[in-house]
Amino acid sequence: MNTLAYAWRYLWARPLAALLNVLLLSLGLASITFLLLVSQHVERAFDRDLAGIDLVVGAKGSPMQLILSGVLHLDVPPGNVPLAAVEALRKNPLVAEVIPISLGDNFQGYRIVGTTTAYIAHYQAKISQGRLWDAPMQVVLGATVARTLALQVGHTFVGSHGLGAGGHSHGDKVYTVVGTLAPTGSVIDRLIVTDSASVWQVHEAVKPHDDGDADEAHDATDTDHTHHSAQPEIPREVTMALLRYRSPLAAMSLPRWVNTTTEMQAASPALEVTRLLHMLGLGTDVLRAFAGLLLFTAGLSVFIALWNAVRERRADLALLRMLGAPASRIAMLLLSEALWLGFLSSLIGLALGQVFVLVLAWVLGLDNTLLSAGMLWPASLAVVPVLAVVVAVGAALLPAWDAYRSDVLQLLQSRG
Amino acid sequence: MIETKQLQFAYSSGKPMQFPDLSVAQGEVLLLSGSSGSGKSTWLALMAALVKSQSGSVRVAGQDLSVLRGRSADAWRARHIGFLPQKLHLSPALSASHNLELAYWAAGLPVDTARMAQVLTALGVANLAHRLPAQLSGGQAQRVALARALLMQPSVILADEPTASLDDVTAQDAVQLLVRCAQEQNTTLVIATHDSRVAPILHGTGVATPVRMQLGQSLGGQLK
Repeated sequence: MNTLAYAWRYLWARPLAALLNVLLLSLGLASITFLLLVSQHVERAFDRDLAGIDLVVGAKGSPMQLILSGVLHLDVPPGNVPLAAVEALRKNPLVAEVIPISLGDNFQGYRIVGTTTAYIAHYQAKISQGRLWDAPMQVVLGATVARTLALQVGHTFVGSHGLGAGGHSHGDKVYTVVGTLAPTGSVIDRLIVTDSASVWQVHEAVKPHDDGDADEAHDATDTDHTHHSAQPEIPREVTMALLRYRSPLAAMSLPRWVNTTTEMQAASPALEVTRLLHMLGLGTDVLRAFAGLLLFTAGLSVFIALWNAVRERRADLALLRMLGAPASRIAMLLLSEALWLGFLSSLIGLALGQVFVLVLAWVLGLDNTLLSAGMLWPASLAVVPVLAVVVAVGAALLPAWDAYRSDVLQLLQSRG
Repeated sequence: MIETKQLQFAYSSGKPMQFPDLSVAQGEVLLLSGSSGSGKSTWLALMAALVKSQSGSVRVAGQDLSVLRGRSADAWRARHIGFLPQKLHLSPALSASHNLELAYWAAGLPVDTARMAQVLTALGVANLAHRLPAQLSGGQAQRVALARALLMQPSVILADEPTASLDDVTAQDAVQLLVRCAQEQNTTLVIATHDSRVAPILHGTGVATPVRMQLGQSLGGQLK
């Protein structure tokens, strides 16, 4: 057996102490893993869902709300904007692409998004079954929606009012599934996508009593619920529009132009996400400090355990000196025990951290939104085993030094 | 094999101990006796090159110990000194055979399984090689500890209170075993003890005239 093998045997000679130390160290490392993973998931979600969107234009209000509601589909939108105003942006020479977004309803918690097929192309989603819509009231399901609700091409359903489950049903307006999308790993996986006209059709037919539900974004597409389909002259509205610049120079002037000369507001995803990450960062700092405290406690525990182990085994270690072991080999034996603790705790900490993220995603229903459905192994996780080794070996240094300096005479003089 | 002259050692906070000059030939038995605190452990430590004398000379197995330092002292000790402590200090986490392997690890030498088997067989504990120390009787554990001491075919075996807390019969067996093993290997045997039963047992084993060194409370010594 080599030093590591002996260290393993010595470590597990006191199984309870070893288990408690591994557990304590693992919890600290799992907290660090969790924080690293959540930041990575969130950044990845932003990168994934905001890619190619230079500007979001919608009703005046909170720009972050606009981004969260229209791009990440996590919040309710601040209001509606005239379709004509959005269409006018198409003519702007600084704008390369405009994708209208109309929100208002959901089916079993999954948002129904009225848009154009450009939205599907933007997320590079491929049809896995069926086809794209070619008329209003036809929908294409994101991969998560199709899987979770077990809907297939040809199935029909009726949307519910509002953006969360629990709204009243639009009983007379039936959607037909004409296609499902292959998984993209982006926000579109959990959306029900249809033509903008579908949303107008549903809401233009809404009876006057629907007005009482103004709390949610239901009003996104109807300015006046007393209108009827018999009044086609009523101006159309959309919730917002996603814009792509023709040139990066547009960033200098277009947002200001929208904000000052139209009734709309322009929100830059890059700017808002930076602001959001900063705000999240404040919370993360608190959690990081807590994780640091956990790690410190774990380090202290490892120190106490190894210190006691040296005290208990003082005579055994001295005997090894008597058998010819250099003091450095004895110290290395103890450091190896600490390395085992660090190694095991790293594995368990990393696994626990991943489990914490999966559980959080499941409990809060954030899978495939801010938190990806799958496990991520970003390079930043390399810090976890490094931290484990630093804490474990750091805690073992003093006991190892004590063992290094152990006085063999004490062994000889111990007469029981 | 062991030769000391005007040997003197002092702890940092204590008056110096003076040890009598001594010469023990290869294969001889030295009975080192004296009460607790008389300096037996210190003398053993001096012979094992664990501490250095302030004055005088020590030569063990032809080696002047005053020139050994650090790792060279460790390597010399691993090769030439077999040690049987009063408390056996078999690692409870390791089987009997792994406790023997530990001696090779300590010495930084590759494991010689044939030698291990030979020693364990000679001491009658080969069938217990896979047992943990907790699964061994006191006598069996002492045989495993003795096997560990004999493993490297040392020039000198230092046995520290080998009969302490043993009943008469077991004490006799232990000493006889020690002597037999030392004689078979032509190894010098040092028994440090304050147990008055050891001298008669030694006499009974046929060791005609063991060298005897009596260390007294005066921290000096007398050679008989």
